[in-house]
Amino acid sequence: MLWITCPGCGRRPVEEYSFGGELRGVPDRITDPAERDVDYAWMYDNVHGITSERWFHQAGCRRWLTLRRDTATDTVVA
Amino acid sequence: MNEFVERQLTLEWHEPKRSYDVVIVGGGGHGLATAYYLASRHGITNVAVVEAGYIGSGNSGRNTTIIRANYGIPESIRFYQHSLDLYGTLEDELSCWVMYSTKGIIWLAHTEPQMRTERARCLLNAACGAETVMITPSEARELCPQLDLSGGGRYPVLGASYHPAAATARHDRVVWAYAQGAMRHGVDVLQHTKVTGLLRDGARVTGVQTSAGPIAADILLSAVGGNVSTLAAQADVRLPVRTHPLQAFVTNTYAQDFGPILSDTELLCYVSQSARGEMVIGAEYDPQPSYSLRSSFNFLQSCSAKATYLLPFLRDLRILRQWAGICDISADSSPIMGETGVDGFLVTTGWGTWGFKAIPAGGEQMAELIATGRTPALLEPFRLDRFAADHAMADQGSTGTH
Repeated sequence: MLWITCPGCGRRPVEEYSFGGELRGVPDRITDPAERDVDYAWMYDNVHGITSERWFHQAGCRRWLTLRRDTATDTVVA
Repeated sequence: MNEFVERQLTLEWHEPKRSYDVVIVGGGGHGLATAYYLASRHGITNVAVVEAGYIGSGNSGRNTTIIRANYGIPESIRFYQHSLDLYGTLEDELSCWVMYSTKGIIWLAHTEPQMRTERARCLLNAACGAETVMITPSEARELCPQLDLSGGGRYPVLGASYHPAAATARHDRVVWAYAQGAMRHGVDVLQHTKVTGLLRDGARVTGVQTSAGPIAADILLSAVGGNVSTLAAQADVRLPVRTHPLQAFVTNTYAQDFGPILSDTELLCYVSQSARGEMVIGAEYDPQPSYSLRSSFNFLQSCSAKATYLLPFLRDLRILRQWAGICDISADSSPIMGETGVDGFLVTTGWGTWGFKAIPAGGEQMAELIATGRTPALLEPFRLDRFAADHAMADQGSTGTH
Protein backbone atom coordinates (compact mmCIF):
# COMPACT_ATOMS: atom_id res chain seq x y z
CA MET A 1 0.00 0.00 0.00
CA LEU A 2 1.05 3.57 -0.71
CA TRP A 3 2.16 5.72 2.27
CA ILE A 4 2.64 9.43 1.70
CA THR A 5 4.63 11.76 3.94
CA CYS A 6 2.78 15.01 4.62
CA PRO A 7 5.03 17.94 5.66
CA GLY A 8 2.62 18.72 8.52
CA CYS A 9 1.36 15.30 9.63
CA GLY A 10 4.12 12.83 8.80
CA ARG A 11 3.76 9.44 7.13
CA ARG A 12 0.07 8.66 6.52
CA PRO A 13 -1.76 6.00 4.44
CA VAL A 14 -3.02 6.89 0.95
CA GLU A 15 -6.68 6.62 2.04
CA GLU A 16 -6.30 9.97 3.84
CA TYR A 17 -5.34 11.76 0.64
CA SER A 18 -7.11 12.59 -2.55
CA PHE A 19 -5.30 12.60 -5.86
CA GLY A 20 -5.06 16.02 -7.45
CA GLY A 21 -3.59 15.17 -10.84
CA GLU A 22 -0.20 15.32 -12.50
CA LEU A 23 1.82 18.53 -12.53
CA ARG A 24 1.57 19.18 -16.21
CA GLY A 25 2.73 21.63 -18.71
CA VAL A 26 1.78 21.98 -22.34
CA PRO A 27 4.59 20.78 -24.67
CA ASP A 28 6.56 23.63 -26.24
CA ARG A 29 6.09 22.21 -29.75
CA ILE A 30 2.38 23.17 -29.53
CA THR A 31 2.43 26.86 -30.44
CA ASP A 32 -1.11 27.68 -31.53
CA PRO A 33 -2.84 29.34 -28.52
CA ALA A 34 -6.15 27.54 -29.12
CA GLU A 35 -4.39 24.17 -29.34
CA ARG A 36 -2.49 24.98 -26.15
CA ASP A 37 -5.82 25.63 -24.40
CA VAL A 38 -7.24 22.29 -25.58
CA ASP A 39 -4.10 20.50 -24.43
CA TYR A 40 -4.18 22.20 -21.05
CA ALA A 41 -7.86 21.41 -20.54
CA TRP A 42 -7.93 17.77 -21.65
CA MET A 43 -4.58 16.06 -22.26
CA TYR A 44 -2.35 14.15 -19.87
CA ASP A 45 1.29 13.07 -19.96
CA ASN A 46 0.16 9.85 -18.22
CA VAL A 47 3.82 9.03 -17.59
CA HIS A 48 4.89 5.40 -17.22
CA GLY A 49 7.68 6.01 -14.73
CA ILE A 50 8.58 8.82 -12.37
CA THR A 51 6.15 11.72 -12.34
CA SER A 52 5.38 14.75 -10.15
CA GLU A 53 1.84 15.22 -8.98
CA ARG A 54 -0.37 17.11 -6.52
CA TRP A 55 -2.05 15.41 -3.57
CA PHE A 56 -4.53 16.86 -1.06
CA HIS A 57 -4.38 15.69 2.56
CA GLN A 58 -8.13 15.51 2.81
CA ALA A 59 -8.54 13.62 6.09
CA GLY A 60 -5.58 15.38 7.72
CA CYS A 61 -4.32 18.96 7.66
CA ARG A 62 -6.18 19.69 4.39
CA ARG A 63 -3.14 21.10 2.66
CA TRP A 64 -1.73 20.37 -0.78
CA LEU A 65 1.64 18.79 -1.37
CA THR A 66 3.72 17.82 -4.39
CA LEU A 67 4.81 14.20 -4.60
CA ARG A 68 7.24 12.36 -6.84
CA ARG A 69 5.85 8.89 -7.55
CA ASP A 70 6.87 6.00 -9.80
CA THR A 71 3.72 4.97 -11.66
CA ALA A 72 5.34 1.73 -12.83
CA THR A 73 5.42 0.41 -9.29
CA ASP A 74 3.06 2.84 -7.51
CA THR A 75 5.75 3.81 -4.98
CA VAL A 76 6.92 7.17 -3.67
CA VAL A 77 10.30 8.40 -4.93
CA ALA A 78 12.37 10.46 -2.53
CA MET B 1 -11.18 -34.89 -21.26
CA ASN B 2 -13.45 -31.96 -20.59
CA GLU B 3 -15.43 -29.88 -23.02
CA PHE B 4 -12.95 -27.03 -22.74
CA VAL B 5 -9.98 -29.04 -23.98
CA GLU B 6 -11.99 -30.88 -26.66
CA ARG B 7 -12.80 -27.59 -28.25
CA GLN B 8 -9.22 -26.40 -28.46
CA LEU B 9 -8.44 -24.15 -31.34
CA THR B 10 -5.91 -24.34 -34.10
CA LEU B 11 -3.71 -21.28 -34.20
CA GLU B 12 -0.99 -20.91 -36.81
CA TRP B 13 1.97 -18.68 -36.06
CA HIS B 14 4.10 -17.00 -38.71
CA GLU B 15 7.44 -15.22 -38.94
CA PRO B 16 7.11 -11.47 -39.45
CA LYS B 17 7.30 -10.06 -42.99
CA ARG B 18 9.11 -6.79 -43.67
CA SER B 19 5.99 -4.82 -44.49
CA TYR B 20 2.21 -4.98 -44.26
CA ASP B 21 -0.78 -2.93 -45.41
CA VAL B 22 -1.96 -2.65 -41.82
CA VAL B 23 -0.04 -3.25 -38.61
CA ILE B 24 -2.03 -3.42 -35.38
CA VAL B 25 -0.16 -2.99 -32.11
CA GLY B 26 -1.76 -4.98 -29.30
CA GLY B 27 -2.98 -8.60 -29.54
CA GLY B 28 -5.98 -8.23 -27.31
CA GLY B 29 -9.64 -8.42 -28.22
CA HIS B 30 -9.81 -5.08 -30.02
CA GLY B 31 -6.64 -5.62 -32.08
CA LEU B 32 -7.52 -9.16 -33.14
CA ALA B 33 -11.17 -8.32 -33.83
CA THR B 34 -10.11 -5.41 -36.05
CA ALA B 35 -7.73 -7.74 -37.93
CA TYR B 36 -10.47 -10.36 -38.32
CA TYR B 37 -13.04 -7.89 -39.69
CA LEU B 38 -10.44 -6.28 -42.00
CA ALA B 39 -9.75 -9.70 -43.51
CA SER B 40 -13.25 -11.18 -43.50
CA ARG B 41 -15.36 -8.12 -44.39
CA HIS B 42 -13.01 -6.02 -46.46
CA GLY B 43 -10.58 -8.54 -47.98
CA ILE B 44 -7.54 -6.78 -46.46
CA THR B 45 -5.44 -9.76 -45.43
CA ASN B 46 -1.90 -8.35 -45.53
CA VAL B 47 -2.24 -7.50 -41.85
CA ALA B 48 -0.07 -8.15 -38.79
CA VAL B 49 -1.04 -8.00 -35.13
CA VAL B 50 2.02 -7.32 -32.97
CA GLU B 51 1.79 -8.38 -29.33
CA ALA B 52 4.48 -7.87 -26.67
CA GLY B 53 3.38 -10.83 -24.54
CA TYR B 54 0.98 -13.59 -25.56
CA ILE B 55 -2.45 -12.83 -27.05
CA GLY B 56 -4.99 -11.81 -24.43
CA SER B 57 -2.30 -11.30 -21.78
CA GLY B 58 -3.38 -7.72 -21.11
CA ASN B 59 -6.78 -6.46 -20.15
CA SER B 60 -8.64 -8.84 -22.47
CA GLY B 61 -7.64 -11.55 -20.02
CA ARG B 62 -8.12 -9.49 -16.87
CA ASN B 63 -11.64 -8.11 -17.07
CA THR B 64 -14.79 -9.42 -15.42
CA THR B 65 -16.36 -10.44 -18.79
CA ILE B 66 -19.62 -8.53 -18.48
CA ILE B 67 -21.40 -7.61 -21.72
CA ARG B 68 -24.23 -5.06 -21.53
CA ALA B 69 -25.68 -2.06 -23.35
CA ASN B 70 -27.54 -0.13 -20.62
CA TYR B 71 -25.40 3.00 -20.89
CA GLY B 72 -26.30 6.59 -20.10
CA ILE B 73 -26.03 8.57 -23.36
CA PRO B 74 -27.63 7.75 -26.74
CA GLU B 75 -24.32 7.45 -28.63
CA SER B 76 -23.00 4.86 -26.18
CA ILE B 77 -26.24 2.89 -25.99
CA ARG B 78 -26.35 2.51 -29.78
CA PHE B 79 -22.70 1.50 -29.95
CA TYR B 80 -22.84 -1.05 -27.10
CA GLN B 81 -26.20 -2.43 -28.26
CA HIS B 82 -24.60 -3.10 -31.66
CA SER B 83 -21.75 -4.84 -29.84
CA LEU B 84 -24.20 -6.92 -27.81
CA ASP B 85 -25.98 -7.95 -31.06
CA LEU B 86 -22.65 -8.97 -32.61
CA TYR B 87 -21.72 -10.96 -29.49
CA GLY B 88 -25.03 -12.84 -29.79
CA THR B 89 -24.02 -14.17 -33.22
CA LEU B 90 -20.29 -14.45 -32.55
CA GLU B 91 -20.22 -18.22 -32.04
CA ASP B 92 -21.80 -18.79 -35.48
CA GLU B 93 -19.64 -16.11 -37.10
CA LEU B 94 -16.37 -17.59 -35.82
CA SER B 95 -17.48 -21.25 -35.59
CA CYS B 96 -16.05 -21.21 -32.13
CA TRP B 97 -17.58 -21.66 -28.72
CA VAL B 98 -16.98 -18.58 -26.53
CA MET B 99 -19.24 -19.68 -23.63
CA TYR B 100 -21.64 -16.81 -24.31
CA SER B 101 -24.36 -16.88 -21.69
CA THR B 102 -27.25 -14.42 -21.33
CA LYS B 103 -27.81 -13.62 -17.66
CA GLY B 104 -29.46 -10.23 -17.28
CA ILE B 105 -28.09 -7.48 -15.07
CA ILE B 106 -29.87 -6.09 -12.00
CA TRP B 107 -28.78 -2.54 -11.13
CA LEU B 108 -29.81 -1.82 -7.54
CA ALA B 109 -30.97 1.55 -6.20
CA HIS B 110 -30.90 2.37 -2.49
CA THR B 111 -32.00 6.00 -2.50
CA GLU B 112 -34.64 8.09 -4.25
CA PRO B 113 -32.03 9.95 -6.38
CA GLN B 114 -30.67 6.59 -7.53
CA MET B 115 -34.20 5.45 -8.37
CA ARG B 116 -34.53 8.54 -10.57
CA THR B 117 -31.21 7.74 -12.23
CA GLU B 118 -32.33 4.16 -12.94
CA ARG B 119 -35.73 5.31 -14.27
CA ALA B 120 -33.97 7.76 -16.58
CA ARG B 121 -31.64 4.97 -17.71
CA CYS B 122 -34.66 2.74 -18.57
CA LEU B 123 -36.39 5.44 -20.61
CA LEU B 124 -33.26 6.44 -22.49
CA ASN B 125 -32.32 2.80 -23.17
CA ALA B 126 -35.81 2.09 -24.52
CA ALA B 127 -35.64 5.16 -26.75
CA CYS B 128 -32.29 4.06 -28.18
CA GLY B 129 -33.09 0.39 -28.76
CA ALA B 130 -31.76 -1.33 -25.64
CA GLU B 131 -34.21 -3.15 -23.37
CA THR B 132 -34.05 -2.03 -19.73
CA VAL B 133 -37.03 -2.04 -17.33
CA MET B 134 -37.63 -1.03 -13.71
CA ILE B 135 -38.32 -3.87 -11.29
CA THR B 136 -39.55 -3.89 -7.70
CA PRO B 137 -37.49 -5.27 -4.79
CA SER B 138 -39.58 -8.45 -4.74
CA GLU B 139 -39.03 -8.97 -8.47
CA ALA B 140 -35.30 -8.49 -7.90
CA ARG B 141 -35.45 -11.16 -5.23
CA GLU B 142 -37.24 -13.53 -7.58
CA LEU B 143 -34.44 -13.10 -10.11
CA CYS B 144 -31.78 -13.37 -7.41
CA PRO B 145 -33.04 -15.29 -4.33
CA GLN B 146 -29.71 -14.77 -2.50
CA LEU B 147 -30.19 -10.99 -2.42
CA ASP B 148 -30.68 -9.40 1.03
CA LEU B 149 -33.28 -6.68 0.37
CA SER B 150 -32.34 -4.88 3.59
CA GLY B 151 -28.74 -4.59 2.32
CA GLY B 152 -27.37 -5.79 5.65
CA GLY B 153 -29.58 -3.22 7.37
CA ARG B 154 -27.59 -0.37 5.82
CA TYR B 155 -28.43 -0.39 2.12
CA PRO B 156 -32.16 -1.23 1.74
CA VAL B 157 -33.16 -1.96 -1.87
CA LEU B 158 -35.83 0.49 -3.13
CA GLY B 159 -35.91 -0.94 -6.64
CA ALA B 160 -33.66 -1.76 -9.55
CA SER B 161 -33.31 -1.51 -13.27
CA TYR B 162 -33.12 -4.80 -15.15
CA HIS B 163 -31.37 -5.25 -18.48
CA PRO B 164 -32.25 -8.82 -19.52
CA ALA B 165 -29.87 -9.02 -22.50
CA ALA B 166 -26.72 -8.59 -20.37
CA ALA B 167 -24.38 -11.55 -20.70
CA THR B 168 -20.97 -12.94 -19.96
CA ALA B 169 -18.53 -14.79 -22.21
CA ARG B 170 -15.24 -16.52 -21.58
CA HIS B 171 -12.73 -13.70 -22.15
CA ASP B 172 -9.73 -15.63 -23.42
CA ARG B 173 -11.92 -17.74 -25.73
CA VAL B 174 -13.17 -14.51 -27.34
CA VAL B 175 -9.56 -13.48 -27.93
CA TRP B 176 -8.59 -16.93 -29.28
CA ALA B 177 -11.69 -17.10 -31.49
CA TYR B 178 -10.86 -13.79 -33.15
CA ALA B 179 -7.19 -14.82 -33.46
CA GLN B 180 -8.19 -18.09 -35.12
CA GLY B 181 -10.64 -16.31 -37.41
CA ALA B 182 -8.03 -13.73 -38.41
CA MET B 183 -5.34 -16.40 -38.99
CA ARG B 184 -7.67 -18.43 -41.21
CA HIS B 185 -7.92 -15.37 -43.45
CA GLY B 186 -4.14 -15.03 -43.59
CA VAL B 187 -3.44 -12.45 -40.88
CA ASP B 188 -0.05 -12.79 -39.14
CA VAL B 189 -0.20 -12.69 -35.37
CA LEU B 190 3.25 -12.02 -33.91
CA GLN B 191 3.52 -12.88 -30.23
CA HIS B 192 6.41 -11.89 -27.95
CA THR B 193 7.25 -9.07 -30.35
CA LYS B 194 7.67 -5.87 -28.43
CA VAL B 195 7.20 -2.53 -30.14
CA THR B 196 10.14 -0.31 -29.17
CA GLY B 197 9.44 2.72 -31.33
CA LEU B 198 7.64 4.14 -34.34
CA LEU B 199 9.08 4.64 -37.82
CA ARG B 200 8.47 8.16 -39.06
CA ASP B 201 8.81 9.85 -42.42
CA GLY B 202 8.41 13.53 -41.64
CA ALA B 203 5.12 13.82 -39.79
CA ARG B 204 3.83 10.53 -41.20
CA VAL B 205 4.01 7.22 -39.30
CA THR B 206 5.35 4.51 -41.60
CA GLY B 207 5.71 1.50 -39.35
CA VAL B 208 7.05 0.14 -36.08
CA GLN B 209 10.44 -0.73 -34.70
CA THR B 210 10.10 -4.06 -32.88
CA SER B 211 12.26 -6.52 -31.00
CA ALA B 212 12.13 -8.58 -34.25
CA GLY B 213 13.31 -5.65 -36.38
CA PRO B 214 11.50 -2.87 -38.24
CA ILE B 215 8.10 -3.59 -39.82
CA ALA B 216 6.72 -1.11 -42.35
CA ALA B 217 3.02 -0.35 -42.44
CA ASP B 218 0.77 1.79 -44.63
CA ILE B 219 -1.54 2.19 -41.67
CA LEU B 220 -0.62 1.69 -38.04
CA LEU B 221 -3.39 1.12 -35.50
CA SER B 222 -2.70 1.29 -31.78
CA ALA B 223 -4.99 -1.15 -30.00
CA VAL B 224 -2.70 -1.02 -26.98
CA GLY B 225 -4.10 -1.22 -23.47
CA GLY B 226 -2.07 0.54 -20.82
CA ASN B 227 0.92 2.03 -22.61
CA VAL B 228 -1.04 3.94 -25.23
CA SER B 229 0.08 7.37 -23.99
CA THR B 230 3.74 6.34 -24.34
CA LEU B 231 3.21 4.95 -27.85
CA ALA B 232 1.15 7.93 -29.02
CA ALA B 233 3.74 10.37 -27.63
CA GLN B 234 6.25 8.92 -30.12
CA ALA B 235 3.95 10.12 -32.89
CA ASP B 236 3.55 13.49 -31.09
CA VAL B 237 -0.09 12.63 -30.38
CA ARG B 238 -1.48 13.76 -27.02
CA LEU B 239 -4.31 11.75 -25.47
CA PRO B 240 -6.83 12.68 -22.77
CA VAL B 241 -6.17 9.36 -21.03
CA ARG B 242 -5.05 8.37 -17.55
CA THR B 243 -4.14 4.80 -16.73
CA HIS B 244 -5.57 3.39 -13.50
CA PRO B 245 -5.42 -0.15 -12.12
CA LEU B 246 -8.68 -1.98 -11.46
CA GLN B 247 -8.76 -4.93 -9.13
CA ALA B 248 -11.09 -7.90 -8.95
CA PHE B 249 -11.20 -11.26 -7.22
CA VAL B 250 -12.90 -14.66 -7.35
CA THR B 251 -14.07 -16.96 -4.60
CA ASN B 252 -14.10 -20.73 -4.53
CA THR B 253 -17.05 -22.52 -6.14
CA TYR B 254 -20.52 -21.63 -4.94
CA ALA B 255 -22.48 -24.85 -5.24
CA GLN B 256 -25.78 -23.21 -6.20
CA ASP B 257 -26.80 -21.40 -9.32
CA PHE B 258 -26.42 -17.62 -9.19
CA GLY B 259 -28.40 -16.53 -12.23
CA PRO B 260 -28.01 -12.82 -12.91
CA ILE B 261 -25.27 -10.22 -12.74
CA LEU B 262 -25.72 -7.88 -9.78
CA SER B 263 -24.45 -4.32 -9.88
CA ASP B 264 -24.62 -1.41 -7.50
CA THR B 265 -23.72 2.23 -8.15
CA GLU B 266 -23.75 3.36 -4.52
CA LEU B 267 -21.53 0.52 -3.30
CA LEU B 268 -19.55 0.53 -6.57
CA CYS B 269 -19.29 -3.21 -6.84
CA TYR B 270 -20.61 -5.95 -9.09
CA VAL B 271 -20.99 -9.68 -8.71
CA SER B 272 -21.53 -12.52 -11.15
CA GLN B 273 -20.88 -16.25 -11.29
CA SER B 274 -18.31 -17.75 -13.63
CA ALA B 275 -18.97 -20.93 -15.61
CA ARG B 276 -16.94 -22.83 -13.00
CA GLY B 277 -19.27 -21.61 -10.25
CA GLU B 278 -16.80 -19.14 -8.75
CA MET B 279 -18.20 -15.78 -7.71
CA VAL B 280 -16.46 -12.97 -9.61
CA ILE B 281 -16.44 -9.68 -7.69
CA GLY B 282 -15.12 -6.36 -8.88
CA ALA B 283 -15.22 -2.71 -7.93
CA GLU B 284 -14.17 0.71 -9.11
CA TYR B 285 -10.67 1.52 -10.33
CA ASP B 286 -7.97 2.78 -7.95
CA PRO B 287 -8.06 6.58 -7.42
CA GLN B 288 -4.46 7.32 -8.47
CA PRO B 289 -3.10 6.45 -11.93
CA SER B 290 -0.53 3.68 -12.03
CA TYR B 291 0.74 0.89 -14.26
CA SER B 292 1.28 -1.47 -11.33
CA LEU B 293 -0.48 -4.83 -11.49
CA ARG B 294 -0.18 -5.43 -7.77
CA SER B 295 -3.29 -6.31 -5.78
CA SER B 296 -3.93 -4.86 -2.36
CA PHE B 297 -5.39 -6.18 0.87
CA ASN B 298 -7.28 -2.89 1.35
CA PHE B 299 -9.22 -3.56 -1.80
CA LEU B 300 -10.13 -7.11 -0.75
CA GLN B 301 -11.30 -5.86 2.61
CA SER B 302 -13.46 -2.99 1.38
CA CYS B 303 -14.86 -4.79 -1.65
CA SER B 304 -15.82 -7.99 0.18
CA ALA B 305 -17.48 -5.92 2.92
CA LYS B 306 -19.58 -4.14 0.31
CA ALA B 307 -20.54 -7.32 -1.55
CA THR B 308 -21.60 -9.13 1.64
CA TYR B 309 -24.08 -6.35 2.52
CA LEU B 310 -26.05 -7.42 -0.54
CA LEU B 311 -25.23 -11.14 -0.67
CA PRO B 312 -24.72 -12.52 2.85
CA PHE B 313 -23.91 -16.03 1.49
CA LEU B 314 -20.56 -14.68 0.25
CA ARG B 315 -19.32 -14.70 3.86
CA ASP B 316 -19.06 -18.50 3.76
CA LEU B 317 -16.91 -18.55 0.64
CA ARG B 318 -13.12 -18.26 0.48
CA ILE B 319 -11.22 -15.90 -1.76
CA LEU B 320 -9.26 -17.94 -4.30
CA ARG B 321 -7.32 -15.29 -6.15
CA GLN B 322 -7.22 -11.59 -6.90
CA TRP B 323 -5.65 -9.67 -9.75
CA ALA B 324 -5.46 -6.22 -11.32
CA GLY B 325 -5.70 -4.89 -14.85
CA ILE B 326 -4.71 -1.43 -16.04
CA CYS B 327 -7.47 0.67 -17.56
CA ASP B 328 -7.07 3.65 -19.87
CA ILE B 329 -9.66 6.01 -18.47
CA SER B 330 -10.46 8.81 -20.90
CA ALA B 331 -11.35 12.28 -19.67
CA ASP B 332 -15.04 11.74 -20.46
CA SER B 333 -15.24 7.99 -19.72
CA SER B 334 -16.00 7.14 -23.33
CA PRO B 335 -13.76 5.37 -25.84
CA ILE B 336 -11.54 7.20 -28.33
CA MET B 337 -11.49 5.66 -31.80
CA GLY B 338 -10.20 6.74 -35.17
CA GLU B 339 -7.81 9.24 -36.69
CA THR B 340 -5.25 11.10 -34.60
CA GLY B 341 -4.34 13.95 -36.94
CA VAL B 342 -1.07 12.16 -37.84
CA ASP B 343 -1.07 10.45 -41.24
CA GLY B 344 -0.97 6.67 -41.06
CA PHE B 345 -1.60 6.48 -37.32
CA LEU B 346 -4.95 5.51 -35.79
CA VAL B 347 -5.96 4.66 -32.25
CA THR B 348 -8.61 2.64 -30.51
CA THR B 349 -8.20 3.48 -26.84
CA GLY B 350 -9.86 4.94 -23.77
CA TRP B 351 -11.40 1.52 -23.18
CA GLY B 352 -11.24 2.04 -19.44
CA THR B 353 -13.41 -0.48 -17.67
CA TRP B 354 -15.78 -1.00 -20.61
CA GLY B 355 -13.54 -2.55 -23.26
CA PHE B 356 -14.46 -6.24 -23.28
CA LYS B 357 -18.13 -5.68 -24.12
CA ALA B 358 -17.12 -3.45 -27.03
CA ILE B 359 -14.72 -5.88 -28.75
CA PRO B 360 -16.96 -6.95 -31.69
CA ALA B 361 -18.35 -3.48 -32.45
CA GLY B 362 -15.02 -1.73 -31.88
CA GLY B 363 -13.24 -4.20 -34.18
CA GLU B 364 -15.90 -4.11 -36.88
CA GLN B 365 -16.14 -0.33 -36.96
CA MET B 366 -12.39 0.29 -36.83
CA ALA B 367 -11.96 -2.18 -39.72
CA GLU B 368 -14.54 -0.25 -41.72
CA LEU B 369 -12.73 3.03 -41.00
CA ILE B 370 -9.37 1.59 -42.09
CA ALA B 371 -10.81 -0.05 -45.22
CA THR B 372 -12.93 2.86 -46.44
CA GLY B 373 -11.08 5.83 -44.96
CA ARG B 374 -14.40 7.21 -43.74
CA THR B 375 -15.52 7.31 -40.10
CA PRO B 376 -18.66 5.12 -39.71
CA ALA B 377 -21.69 6.76 -38.08
CA LEU B 378 -21.35 4.68 -34.89
CA LEU B 379 -17.77 5.92 -34.39
CA GLU B 380 -18.39 9.55 -35.29
CA PRO B 381 -19.17 10.63 -31.68
CA PHE B 382 -15.99 8.96 -30.37
CA ARG B 383 -13.35 10.69 -32.47
CA LEU B 384 -10.30 12.13 -30.71
CA ASP B 385 -11.02 15.64 -32.04
CA ARG B 386 -14.28 15.79 -30.05
CA PHE B 387 -12.28 17.25 -27.16
CA ALA B 388 -11.01 20.19 -29.20
CA ALA B 389 -14.59 20.74 -30.41
CA ASP B 390 -15.93 20.65 -26.82
CA HIS B 391 -18.16 17.66 -27.58
CA ALA B 392 -17.10 15.40 -24.73
CA MET B 393 -19.20 12.23 -24.37
CA ALA B 394 -19.49 12.19 -20.58
CA ASP B 395 -21.38 9.04 -19.68
CA GLN B 396 -22.61 8.48 -16.13
CA GLY B 397 -23.52 4.92 -17.15
CA SER B 398 -19.90 3.88 -17.55
CA THR B 399 -17.96 5.79 -14.91
CA GLY B 400 -16.34 3.72 -12.24
CA THR B 401 -18.08 0.52 -13.16
CA HIS B 402 -17.50 -2.51 -15.36
